[in-house]
Amino acid sequence: MTTLNQPDSIPTVLDPEALPERPATLWGLVRRRFFRRKSALVGLGILGLLIFVAIFAPVLAPYGPEQVLIGVEDIRKRQGPCIHLFGCPQDQPQHLMGVDGNVRDQFSRMLYGSRFSLIIGFTTVTFAILVGATLGGLAGFLGGWFDDVVMRMMDVLLAFPSLLLAIAIVAVLGPGLINALLAIGIVSIPAYARVVRASVLVVKEMDYVSASRALGAAPLRLLFNRILPNALTPLIVQGTLGIATAILDAAALSFLGLGAQPPTPEWGSMLGSERNQVFTAPHLVFFPGLAIMLTVLAFNLLGDGLRDALDPRLAHVS
Amino acid sequence: MLQYITRRILLAIPVLFGILLVTFILGRLIPGDPCSAALGEHATAEACERFARENGLDQPILVQLAIYMGNILRGDFGESIRFSRPVSLILIERLPLTIELSLSALSLALLIGIPAGVIAAVRHNSATDVVTMVGANIGVSMPVFWLGLMLAYLFALVLRDTPFWLPPSGRLTAGLNATPFYEFYEWQVEPGSGWFYFLEFLANFYIFNSIITFNLPVLKDAIQHLILPAMALSTIPMAIIARMTRSSVLEVLGMDYIRTARAKGIRERIVVMKHAFRNALLPIVTIVGLSLGGLLGGAVLTETVFSLAGVGRILFEAITARDYPIIQSFTIVIAIGYVLINLMVDLAYAYLDPRIRLT
Repeated sequence: MTTLNQPDSIPTVLDPEALPERPATLWGLVRRRFFRRKSALVGLGILGLLIFVAIFAPVLAPYGPEQVLIGVEDIRKRQGPCIHLFGCPQDQPQHLMGVDGNVRDQFSRMLYGSRFSLIIGFTTVTFAILVGATLGGLAGFLGGWFDDVVMRMMDVLLAFPSLLLAIAIVAVLGPGLINALLAIGIVSIPAYARVVRASVLVVKEMDYVSASRALGAAPLRLLFNRILPNALTPLIVQGTLGIATAILDAAALSFLGLGAQPPTPEWGSMLGSERNQVFTAPHLVFFPGLAIMLTVLAFNLLGDGLRDALDPRLAHVS
Repeated sequence: MLQYITRRILLAIPVLFGILLVTFILGRLIPGDPCSAALGEHATAEACERFARENGLDQPILVQLAIYMGNILRGDFGESIRFSRPVSLILIERLPLTIELSLSALSLALLIGIPAGVIAAVRHNSATDVVTMVGANIGVSMPVFWLGLMLAYLFALVLRDTPFWLPPSGRLTAGLNATPFYEFYEWQVEPGSGWFYFLEFLANFYIFNSIITFNLPVLKDAIQHLILPAMALSTIPMAIIARMTRSSVLEVLGMDYIRTARAKGIRERIVVMKHAFRNALLPIVTIVGLSLGGLLGGAVLTETVFSLAGVGRILFEAITARDYPIIQSFTIVIAIGYVLINLMVDLAYAYLDPRIRLT
């Protein structure tokens, strides 16, 4: 009876080696899925490096971020990079990324700039999540006219291209880093409101919520202790990807002169103030832009990795 | 279908009113006195009073809002403070440039992004797939203004003595003259009439105008000037479209009806293009609509980098110079354009997926 022969590769239930290793917890599973993705690890690596640089900038930087080197060293303004390892004469002072238009060491400014990027990303997204999640959560939970009013307001905000709306808000508030952050925060609110509302609508119909309600939980307690924590997953993903957008938009505002003001060593502002020198001193444009791109890339890769790890439904797609 | 279209258009009306309201509020909130902005720092009190009366600024705020909405609905956008010209004329001059730029960037994004995404999906996990996705990830993280400057550096300076040289700024080389097509064909139009402005608007699409007047030098020059800004502006949408196409096609390729089609012995090419791609189109259409908004925002940056006096650039300058009429009307035009694009996306959606228009 050859037809009943089974191939050798089918494991028997009793063979413990053949059973897949059982994940201890949900988070263990998520962690494993996350670490399996190379791109997510690259993102994590870049972000780790960035945080390291941001914390140890004063130790790593050979000069102060706003230290003008006129009279200190014999160099021209906008001088190109001088790296001893690559054949720059030993008697010349070393400037890994050259010197900017105000004779400051570009490398030191770049290192300090990482602080601004991270702060910009985290503060704007935290602000937008706090406001957006509250609005979206309440809208989804309460429904009715409140839902209508809030979501139509979000529609109107979404009807403007985000960078243009941010520019208009900065025009009202006046240029400056804090105002630029506020503008980007306001512009990003609708995305979070929508995400949270959508998950609240799903979660609030679940049995454990009804059970909680039947036990007499107060509505606000129900929302904040039972519903919102379980609607968090898409918010984490959206938030990580949102940091990338926020950093990009903040750099754009600073580039246009509406965000961080000189002499703040913010990458977008450094790039913007030297953009007319791109043909004579390309290093002053190249490095800040590269740093912005890598930072944004890190958060994008991280966000994608988190999404795939947290949402197994998408696993086969990626 | 008709019912769906009607409902969708009616739904857009409250949003349009919201946009008018937001621009009105923003206009009133911008610090600085409109009188001193219009008449100068040293305007006398009487002059300011007259200015306020003429512009309805002495009326209650709700009346001002009504006047404002009425003017906009009649197409009267007011007069620019900085240029002392009607805003509608400035729009006629500047809008074609921005539309030309956005459309070419969008075409680039679609022409490269969609095939790249389909190929990556079909050759899942191959080297092609990895390279495409690494490229797409870098693309979505690209600061448009930086890429623009780097492209200008590369093509205008590094490659300056090669056939690949491209101009780093402007719309046409100085000295080149583009005759408007209505003059070329010697149409009799009365300057200042509505018809004249409409033709002028069309003639300001330099590529369109030079094609229908057979002006090859201008056509070549205009395209050369457009390549770099369009490349810079297209990067982010191209990357987004490629990613979305890939994941959408991948998802569809796993469906049972694809296996059926293959089992029937249909050629792989037909399976991918006809069975898979058409069904993967819905999310792609959505993402194209969404990325158009980013395109308009990116136009401000691209126009700044390449010294193009388009809508985005003028709007940005107006904001820094507190030119309220321009700020308000340009924002409205852009936002309305955005709403209309989304409307078209929704209609395309309904056309592609019968289930939507039936619900």
